[in-house]
Amino acid sequence: MLMAMLIFLIVCAVLGYIVISSVPSLLHTPLMSGMNALSGITAVGALYVYSISSPGLKVIAAAALILAIINVTGGFLITEKMLRMFKKENNK
Amino acid sequence: MAINIIIYSAIVIGFITGIRLMQSPGTALRGNRLGAICMAAAIFFVFSELKLFADYMVWIYIIAGGVIGVIFSQKIKMIQMPQVVALLNGLGGGASAIIAVVTMYAGPDENGLLFWLTAAIALGIGAITFTGSMVAALKLQGWAFKRPLFIKGHKIILYTLLTSGVSLIVLMIFYQELYIIYILLFIFSLCGILMTIRIGGADMPVIISFLNSFSGVAASISGLAVGNALLVGVGSLVGVAGMILTNIMCKSMNRSLVAVLSGFKNNRASDQNNKNEESLSQIKNKSLSEGKIPSIFKKARKVIIVPGYGMALAQAQMYIKQLLDILEKDNKDVKIAIHPVAGRMPGHMNVLLAEAGIDYAKLYDMDKINPEFPSTDVVICVGACDVINPAANTAEGTPIYGMPILKAFEAKAVIIFNLDRKSGYSGVENSLYKEENVITVWGNASETLPKIIENFKNDN
Repeated sequence: MLMAMLIFLIVCAVLGYIVISSVPSLLHTPLMSGMNALSGITAVGALYVYSISSPGLKVIAAAALILAIINVTGGFLITEKMLRMFKKENNK
Repeated sequence: MAINIIIYSAIVIGFITGIRLMQSPGTALRGNRLGAICMAAAIFFVFSELKLFADYMVWIYIIAGGVIGVIFSQKIKMIQMPQVVALLNGLGGGASAIIAVVTMYAGPDENGLLFWLTAAIALGIGAITFTGSMVAALKLQGWAFKRPLFIKGHKIILYTLLTSGVSLIVLMIFYQELYIIYILLFIFSLCGILMTIRIGGADMPVIISFLNSFSGVAASISGLAVGNALLVGVGSLVGVAGMILTNIMCKSMNRSLVAVLSGFKNNRASDQNNKNEESLSQIKNKSLSEGKIPSIFKKARKVIIVPGYGMALAQAQMYIKQLLDILEKDNKDVKIAIHPVAGRMPGHMNVLLAEAGIDYAKLYDMDKINPEFPSTDVVICVGACDVINPAANTAEGTPIYGMPILKAFEAKAVIIFNLDRKSGYSGVENSLYKEENVITVWGNASETLPKIIENFKNDN
């Protein structure tokens, strides 16, 4: 199981390296805010620990869930807002 | 189990495709939306897997986080992007640290040794990311720690803390005492603060990229602890992205990551600088002066504009746009050159100029624009100092030596709009100011640029 996870980690990292390296510096800020959104994947981990913990711990797990969801919505919306500003001039 | 692997892989491939679409501004929006859809799918899938639909409290938490995220995204301005990203890095790290704590309390289901190891590491990295990012965000927002704080023995304290933190993680594997969690939290939180508290403004791009990476690494390792492949995979994507950017930023600033993090002080030439200021004031009487600018503009056919962070501080983006427009109206070839560390985070300057309505096709990065300077008639620098300082090529032994620069000095004429003649962040005097073909206009660019634009308009 752990072995499979590690292989998955390495495959993702290598594929990630390939696609991320070719993002132009023009879009590095949207890339970073997009990555903020992706780090909101911790929501999945928060849901998981929430489901297995005792009522007292559930409150703490909920804090992680809220933080992660802020990352997801905030990250994607901010990236959207930013990318909308990258326009080509049409009148030329 | 097999179905899980297929769904997880599909989601991760979706995210990777989304990042791939970020390769060009034309498709980037689609990439971002694809990412959002994949994230929704991931959360929905885990929801159904854990059968959480009936738990109304979870819905409340999700809605609460969602509402905060939406409001937050509406309120922020583009100039604030560095602190926004820093804050979100911190929340990501904080979430991972919390997950690690809860999962340690719940205990392992299998493979105890690795469980404790990964959970403790996720806790440590998450805590560093959280406190470090909060300090960075406060600094950038200007609410606290505005000046780099130098603590005596900074490096030794930091290394001692890190060493004891790592030893405690090892200890945690063998003695699974839950109180160690709190010591770990304390130590690593302190490390995060120490790493960022002494960072100056211009080192920010490095630290933000680094914390971005760490927020992903923390997620990935917490994924190993809770045994969830999605966290592991997506976390590693974020980690790699941050590492790539950290590397680019370090190279562009000629600083090593260890130097930035451990509080290693560059031997800045600040004392020497005061003397230089006198020598600079003597060279003020040059043959070229502000009055010559309109005629230089008129004759020029090819122009490159170099904006620096000073332009952003002066809020002079829209004057750059105006300048661009009037020069283009006059049938000149105008390009904008952007140094990788022109802003406070990777790509920040591009966003600011895009916000001002400048066509992104006119924004050129350093490698693309540098060969064009020799054939350029005028370079207009606004609020940029270190990134155009030829001393980076010539002045061996100064902190700036070896830093890649925009070769503005190769152009036929250079006009510099800077607030004052002080040296930039590196503390090295800008040798460009003394050159014969350089005109310097001191003052706030939001005041000096409109005058120049007005003069040029009237002349035509």
